[in-house]
Amino acid sequence: MSVTAKPAVAAPPARVATGPALATHQVAAFVVMVALLVSAPFFVYPVFLMKALCFALFACAFNLLLGYVGLLSFGHAAFLGSAGYASAHAAKVWGWPPELAILFGTVMAGALGIVIGALTIRSRGIYFANITLAFAQMIFFFSLQAKFTGGEDGIQAVPRGTLLGVLDLRHTYTMYFVVLAVFLLGFLVVYRAIHSPFGQVLKAIRENEPRATSLGYQPEHYKLIAFVLSATLSGTAGATKAIVFQLASLTDVHWTMSGEVVLMTLLGGMGTVFGPVAGAFLVISLEHYLAQLGSWLTIVQGCIFIVCVLTFRRGVVGELGRLLGKPL
Amino acid sequence: MIPTQALFGQLLIGLINGAFYAMLSLGLSVIFGLLNIINFAHGAQYMMGAFVAYFALQWAGLGYWPSLLIAPVVVGLFGVVLERTMLKRLYHLDHLYGLLLTFGVALVVQGLFRNEFGSSGLPYAAPPQLTGGYNLGFMFLPTYRGWVVVCSLVVCLTTWYVIERTRLGAYLRAATENPTLVQAFGINVPRMITLTYGFGVGLAALAGVLAAPIYQVNPLMGADLIIVVFAVVVIGGLGSIMGSIVTGFGLGVVEGFTKVFYPEASNTVIFVIMALVLLVRPTGLFGRTT
Repeated sequence: MSVTAKPAVAAPPARVATGPALATHQVAAFVVMVALLVSAPFFVYPVFLMKALCFALFACAFNLLLGYVGLLSFGHAAFLGSAGYASAHAAKVWGWPPELAILFGTVMAGALGIVIGALTIRSRGIYFANITLAFAQMIFFFSLQAKFTGGEDGIQAVPRGTLLGVLDLRHTYTMYFVVLAVFLLGFLVVYRAIHSPFGQVLKAIRENEPRATSLGYQPEHYKLIAFVLSATLSGTAGATKAIVFQLASLTDVHWTMSGEVVLMTLLGGMGTVFGPVAGAFLVISLEHYLAQLGSWLTIVQGCIFIVCVLTFRRGVVGELGRLLGKPL
Repeated sequence: MIPTQALFGQLLIGLINGAFYAMLSLGLSVIFGLLNIINFAHGAQYMMGAFVAYFALQWAGLGYWPSLLIAPVVVGLFGVVLERTMLKRLYHLDHLYGLLLTFGVALVVQGLFRNEFGSSGLPYAAPPQLTGGYNLGFMFLPTYRGWVVVCSLVVCLTTWYVIERTRLGAYLRAATENPTLVQAFGINVPRMITLTYGFGVGLAALAGVLAAPIYQVNPLMGADLIIVVFAVVVIGGLGSIMGSIVTGFGLGVVEGFTKVFYPEASNTVIFVIMALVLLVRPTGLFGRTT
């Protein structure tokens, strides 16, 4: 991750510039995670895992903003959903291969991120949450009324296609490992971003924005870059999800989806590397098992929110890291 | 050419919507001013108000008029309990936790009501005194709708008067500025915070009762409305009392006119206005510049 917004006055201290060395326990945790994810489809329903992986990437992208910049966006569904529509449209109507369709969705989400980010990044705290929510509602109503999104029906029967002309994605396992690769790529991008000098500046802004400014950094530039990066990766998640499930629908742009990604990050542990992944798997499993119970799902989700906020603010992975005495 | 009948019809619908926007954003603003919390449960509490009126009629035979008092008190008490048991623990933390907690509360409340009553609306009749309407020559005005607009205006302006022009309001505004100092002067600030939250929630419940005869009683009646109200609050400026009243009514009317001239944009017009306002004034039209 290169630092595009150069500090105007003072050069950053050397320690911040180089960033910390790779922590061994995080490498170990990463190896365990990859091993689990590689072996999982042979024991667990792969389609369920693919859904969880898409949301895990979404939550990681979201956590980049909430956990490391301290900005709570309540409109991230806009990026997930619109990227889904873009890639579904590219794959179905234009007949693009899946890799280009996903790339297209990602780029569209990034472009949307630039527009919304430029308009919202000056606000903070509750204002930021409210304003991103309102923009996401705009995207929602646009998706509801625009012609190409198919309104209430969404874009259905999106072809999975053949990746790079070699891998036939209609096979579930092939699809799974492609999704896994996309997820790991996104995960490593986020990891690299938060452990880079850029990430250090983000954390400095989160902790004390006036001081970061006084050191010569321009917080708004950094925040905007983080916002766009987060939007882009959310787009990757949404675009991949649309190809996997061959469907882009209003569910992914609705504000409840924005609430869900907050829940995943909060439950897993915001500001932790592995937290959003764990949170996404927990929330998706919960949805899977409570799906028949209708609105009990909403009640349980609401209760998790309340319990997390009142007593469990570090989240599952955050608490685990505290017990081990090492940040995960 | 747009017929005058349709124009005035939409103006009236706009005023009705504006009446609800104003009451809800007023409650949100009062709560935000003192507690620094965006009350995400506001929509759910509005819905609870309508349901309390419904229960009062079904179980106790109490009609519309008593409900106008009962619903705000009952739901306000719910708010007081919520503040005492949960929100109170979050004041020393980032304000975002308050938003997340009330979001959770909204999910639980709406989920419980949906479990019990499904997603379809339950009818609630307007009181006999307010049925019928007047022919004003250029349009037909149903009495109940006129009543809602007048009632909302009275409630909003009274609230404004109490906060801006009375001693109690002065305490409240002082506590918004500097709670520690106000407490040092011997005013029970924690109790004031609790009652303020209860009052804001009660306003939402009152709006719910007023809405019941128009929109029916539905577990999800507040779920999407609250998002629009958030935008209204942002346009008016968070924490500004007069701002939320004026923008509430104003945006309702703008939305109504959009339905006449460009129906496709009627859902998004408020959000578009919000984006434009924020470009020019990041703290909203009436917001304090901090």
